[in-house]
Amino acid sequence: MSALLTVRDLRVGFRTDDGLVRAVDGVSFDVRAGEVLAIVGESGSGKSVTAQTITGLTRAPNATITGSVRYRGQELVDLDDAGLRAVRGEQIAMVFQDPMSSLNPVYRVGDQIVEMIRAHRDVSRAEARERAVELLRSVGIAQPESRIRDYPHQFSGGMRQRVMIAMALALEPAVLIADEPTTALDVTVQAQILRLLARLNRERDLAVIMITHDLGVVAELADRVLVMYAGQVVENGTLDDIFYRPQHPYTAGLLGSLTRLDEPRGRRLPQIPGQPPSLLTPPQGCRFAPRCAHRFDRCAELPELDDRGGTGHLDRCWLDSEHRQRLREPVVVS
Amino acid sequence: MTRFIVRRLIGMIAVLFAISVIVFLIFNVIPNSDPAARIAGKNADPALIARVSADLGLDQPLPVQYLTMMRQILTGQLMSYAKDRNVLEQIWDGLPATFSLCIGAGVLWMAVAVVFGYLSAVHAGRFTDRTLTILSLVGISMPVFWLAAVLLYLLTYKVQLFPTGSYVPLSRNPVEWAYHLVLPWITLAILYIGFYSRVLRSNMLDTMNEDFVRTARAKGLSERQVRIRHVLRNSMIPVVTLFGLDFGMVVGGAILTETVYNLDGVGLYAGEAIRSLDLPPLIGVTMFGAFFIVLLNTVVDIVYAVLDPRIRLGQAAAV
Repeated sequence: MSALLTVRDLRVGFRTDDGLVRAVDGVSFDVRAGEVLAIVGESGSGKSVTAQTITGLTRAPNATITGSVRYRGQELVDLDDAGLRAVRGEQIAMVFQDPMSSLNPVYRVGDQIVEMIRAHRDVSRAEARERAVELLRSVGIAQPESRIRDYPHQFSGGMRQRVMIAMALALEPAVLIADEPTTALDVTVQAQILRLLARLNRERDLAVIMITHDLGVVAELADRVLVMYAGQVVENGTLDDIFYRPQHPYTAGLLGSLTRLDEPRGRRLPQIPGQPPSLLTPPQGCRFAPRCAHRFDRCAELPELDDRGGTGHLDRCWLDSEHRQRLREPVVVS
Repeated sequence: MTRFIVRRLIGMIAVLFAISVIVFLIFNVIPNSDPAARIAGKNADPALIARVSADLGLDQPLPVQYLTMMRQILTGQLMSYAKDRNVLEQIWDGLPATFSLCIGAGVLWMAVAVVFGYLSAVHAGRFTDRTLTILSLVGISMPVFWLAAVLLYLLTYKVQLFPTGSYVPLSRNPVEWAYHLVLPWITLAILYIGFYSRVLRSNMLDTMNEDFVRTARAKGLSERQVRIRHVLRNSMIPVVTLFGLDFGMVVGGAILTETVYNLDGVGLYAGEAIRSLDLPPLIGVTMFGAFFIVLLNTVVDIVYAVLDPRIRLGQAAAV
């Protein structure tokens, strides 16, 4: 099946007083219809900037964006504002991290959904409102007829995120970008939101790009996983590839630092030593090398993102297959 | 809501009481403020002064004098010492000029400040913003009495574009009314235009970084819709608060503007009362001004709840 969204060599830099921050540095990936792609990485790895750049939300006077983002063959990176507006919401919708602040506090939630519908469709206010009620019901909000007249502060965090999702779905987009949609929520509410996203993905054949730093969320939902580090993709594979056959030491490190039920309690959690590099002056060669326990001479040269094993599982690491095997052995921490 | 209004009314009475006591006391400790001595004229013999004192009730102890004065205010019987005229009637007669001045200036300063602030924020850091910033700072820096005198000199004397002031009632001739008020409106508005456009600019720049603005963009709204419906709308809340407070102040004391342009409103009356150290008009005008400030404060709180639904009056704050 051909890709719905193709990102190629995307680079986003921001000029700051300290110099150019290369937030995203050569990111490529595909999203197919109905697929859930998780983009994983720690804070500052460029995952949110990548997601927001898809619909041009990072455009700013101090930003330079190069590379290509194609949606159904249409180039978005240099698309004009009017063209971009037609894509936003209508084709590619977004849900953000903090549902407390992502809705405008001074408008009723119904009106905020109506505003979105009427920005794209020539329908009456009453029709749009009817649609809003239907949408709220579809994301599991009780008594949607009366709740559309409520303000955001009258909803709980989880309910607000449902409102955000309902709004994002208003125009039946083909792609939903969810930027850490559960980070600000309680664990039980997180599970509800994830289940809702999984259902929408299944029922509507909605492609979802899920930005997260939570590998639990990834395991729950993703078909494919993109691991990002310091503005670059370091590994790209199926869910099973990433969880059972990690090929990059960073991915292995992330997995190793998860709490596990099958290990004795009281064990100290392994961690990846050091700090992520500054994006102002990233290290020469492999970005992860300074923190990597497996580094050797070749790491002074930056590896390409490549399908080294010929299985469609891409990585950016010079290690040979024998060393890669060892990445999967349990980490022993003294 | 009812509880809120009752609470505000009680507060208003307390404020007015405090203000009247303070003005009364200040007046009584100022040297040479004995009205009897001034009314009796120069070289008056002590017997005459004593008689005038008795006439005005000034020989009574202070608390009695105060209570008498309050009773006169509440019954509308308060007379000025100097000219023997009814204070409340004088204030009443000054209302049309004062309200014409203040409402006109208020509309002008809000309208212009919103446009300036909006343009400044949208073009932040660029030429438009810098120009408007300089204009605002100049506006804020000009003292009202100086600005009024300069405008009067340039536009009525040098270039005879406007009349020299004085008030024409709206009911008599609306065109003349406005024509005579143009300069006073501008004079009074300029300071607030400068100040408000700065405040709105910085509010808008803050609001532009809010998550809900990003949501609005992600919804596919045009930049104009995002700026007006989401950024400007949310940035107006503090500006409206300021407006309420400043408008109350202006109603209670546009003394300088009214004096320079010879508009016989409440401010001009207050100026005269201060010059002649006449206590009854002073107390009357001060309480009139305080009344408007407290009233507008209450209105601001109510409007605030309309503008920001997270605030609901008279009930515990939700979340």
